[in-house]
Amino acid sequence: MEKEMVNIKINGMPFSVPKDSTILEAARYAGIQIPTLCYLKEINAIGACRICVVEVKGARSLVAACVYPVAEGMEIITNSKKVQQSRKITLELILSTHKKECLSCVRSGNCELQKLCHDFKVDDEHRYDGNNPEWPKDDSAVHMVRDDNKCILCRRCVAACAKWQGIGVIGPNERGFNTHIACAFEQNLDEVACVSCGQCIVVCPTGAIYEKDQTDEVWAALNDPAKHVVVQTAPSIRATLGEAFGMPVGTNVTGKMAAALRRIGFEKVFDTDLAADMTIVEEAHEFVERVKNGGVLPMITSCSPGWIKYCEHYHPDMIPNLSTCKSPQQMFGATVKTWYAEKMGWDKKDIVVVGVMPCTAKKFEVQRDDEDAAGSGIPDVDIALTTREIARMIDRAGIQFTELPDEEFDSPMGESTGASVIFGATGGVMEAALRTAAEWVGGKPLEQVEFTDVRGTAGIKEASYQIGDLTVNVAVVSGLANAKKLLEQVKSGMKNYHFIEIMGCPGGCVNGGGQPVQPASVRNFVDLKSIRAKALYDADEAKTLRKSHENPALLTIYKEYFGEFGSHLAHRILHTSYTERSRF
Amino acid sequence: MANTKTVVPFTGTAEQEAKLCEVIAAHKGQKGALMPVLQGAQEIYGYLPIEVQKMISNGLDIPLEEIYGVATFYSQFTLNPKGQYKISVCLGTACYVKGAGDIFNRLQEKLGIESGMCTPDGKFSLDACRCIGACGLAPVMTINDEVYGRLTVDDVDTILAKYR
Repeated sequence: MEKEMVNIKINGMPFSVPKDSTILEAARYAGIQIPTLCYLKEINAIGACRICVVEVKGARSLVAACVYPVAEGMEIITNSKKVQQSRKITLELILSTHKKECLSCVRSGNCELQKLCHDFKVDDEHRYDGNNPEWPKDDSAVHMVRDDNKCILCRRCVAACAKWQGIGVIGPNERGFNTHIACAFEQNLDEVACVSCGQCIVVCPTGAIYEKDQTDEVWAALNDPAKHVVVQTAPSIRATLGEAFGMPVGTNVTGKMAAALRRIGFEKVFDTDLAADMTIVEEAHEFVERVKNGGVLPMITSCSPGWIKYCEHYHPDMIPNLSTCKSPQQMFGATVKTWYAEKMGWDKKDIVVVGVMPCTAKKFEVQRDDEDAAGSGIPDVDIALTTREIARMIDRAGIQFTELPDEEFDSPMGESTGASVIFGATGGVMEAALRTAAEWVGGKPLEQVEFTDVRGTAGIKEASYQIGDLTVNVAVVSGLANAKKLLEQVKSGMKNYHFIEIMGCPGGCVNGGGQPVQPASVRNFVDLKSIRAKALYDADEAKTLRKSHENPALLTIYKEYFGEFGSHLAHRILHTSYTERSRF
Repeated sequence: MANTKTVVPFTGTAEQEAKLCEVIAAHKGQKGALMPVLQGAQEIYGYLPIEVQKMISNGLDIPLEEIYGVATFYSQFTLNPKGQYKISVCLGTACYVKGAGDIFNRLQEKLGIESGMCTPDGKFSLDACRCIGACGLAPVMTINDEVYGRLTVDDVDTILAKYR
């Protein structure tokens, strides 16, 4: 259906814009980005920060462009003296209680508040200095820090937590000048049922929420001659790391990433994709076994540690449904510290496995119980870094990322298939598993390796496939609010699936809480999830090997070490267990 | 501050819980159910401790933080119970200039609690109030229905001793 249009004037120039637009959206047609701080498309349209104010002819006062709908004949002025003055005063007022630590702040350079203060030439940062509350910094959680002293009360984190994830462990407490974002009863984050997804971090306009930086720990390991420091990069990092160096969203930087990591000084530059392929053969094996032996169904994927923690806190009755497979990051570390350590003659105590992950929950995952295959006190993975942290290391090392040549991962644990590359997007794990399961059960090579019904960024996707004698009903979910919806339907018996893929973050790992921060001006108008995912699907298509069970390195590892897929040894090293956790 | 977490142990009864469940059931699924449920809960328990807020969170399927956010936004809600003896010190202008602030501080010190709180034994709760119309007796405080006027800081100890 054709969209109904209205005619408006923006800064005196006529435009025809869709009738249901806000002034903020309409202004984009005029090539104007009205500045915003609190607005986040679909989840936080509250008109609270007053940065987006514009003049509308006939209106009593300035209006908030993010929530004000256009109407036929409306005349809008976005840049008058009155508008600019208002925005500047708002910024000065925000600064009056802002902890101005801009020289070393983790968000310096991509802070939305800093950019606006620069754009509006706020040259007196202390114009409204006065009573300044001191909030305690919450660094209790293993994955992140919250510093209310840098919070501007935009509530974007609150909306991400409550609306995307359906969790709501942080919110505004008290009122007026005492308003601050915190947990119920002022508990610390590690005392509440936070799942560590990090979506609050990627939407924060300032440095009030950030991952717990572990780059110094990695530098220390790299500087220790006794250590073998091995790095692995998750499937989605290649699709996003370039953004941290100003490259367009969706640029695949696999080769430059390998080159940069080698230049930082990692002894081996490996690819988590190999372990993603291992996850698939183990998970497909587990699935076939469950179907054959009347095991608990639907089986639900276990790659996303945010989802796992969510399940343990909020749906502990579904724990038996979780695949016992470790996540690719953990399978990788476990294999390095067992098979690879033996092969290289390394003492497993001297190995430091660093994961580069799109995810803050991976920091929680590395210190979970039953994630130490090589022995007690020897974690499968030592340090999980986010994409942002590795970008910081590349910066500190002075590496000119965009000018690097494309290099390969090291052999043998750098080999991957197309199936593992797509792990980074919602539906990718399911598609990869289907490729393998269908071929195993069917007993002949697949003609069509693409399972397109499970692709795309919709929050809940369903499909049915004929695999052997069985019609397999699958569902793919991303974002925990969607997961909740689906699980309730499963529990009530309304829906009947055999296999469900759940990723904690909306759109999957490409939109993970550890990914490069994009300002709201990009987030609100660019579909990050699908553009980043496309880079992965393109990479899959370009691969000759597109099925996990064909990965030659994987086949060698199983031949030399694990034996059969799903063998006893594979179970001991590559599988894990889960714990029921409290909802409060 | 009235929002300080209570130090009084929770002593809710099964009867109170059943009443709260009724209130929750009456509003569940409605838009804006939280306010009437919080009001009902405060009527039943006299205050809104974490134990009660968790019951509401489970009952209405609303995150605990959202409930706590609402409970600390509105001054009609309190996280602290009222004591057996409710002490109220007038901090209105007349009382204040006559030294009510010092009396209030002395009470905080003697009772070991801040404004809005209740002592762990449930005996005394302390609040500041505005003018009670007894400016001629300033500075004034009330304990339940008893009015004490023309107070000095030293009077505080003897008055409290009467209630211990």
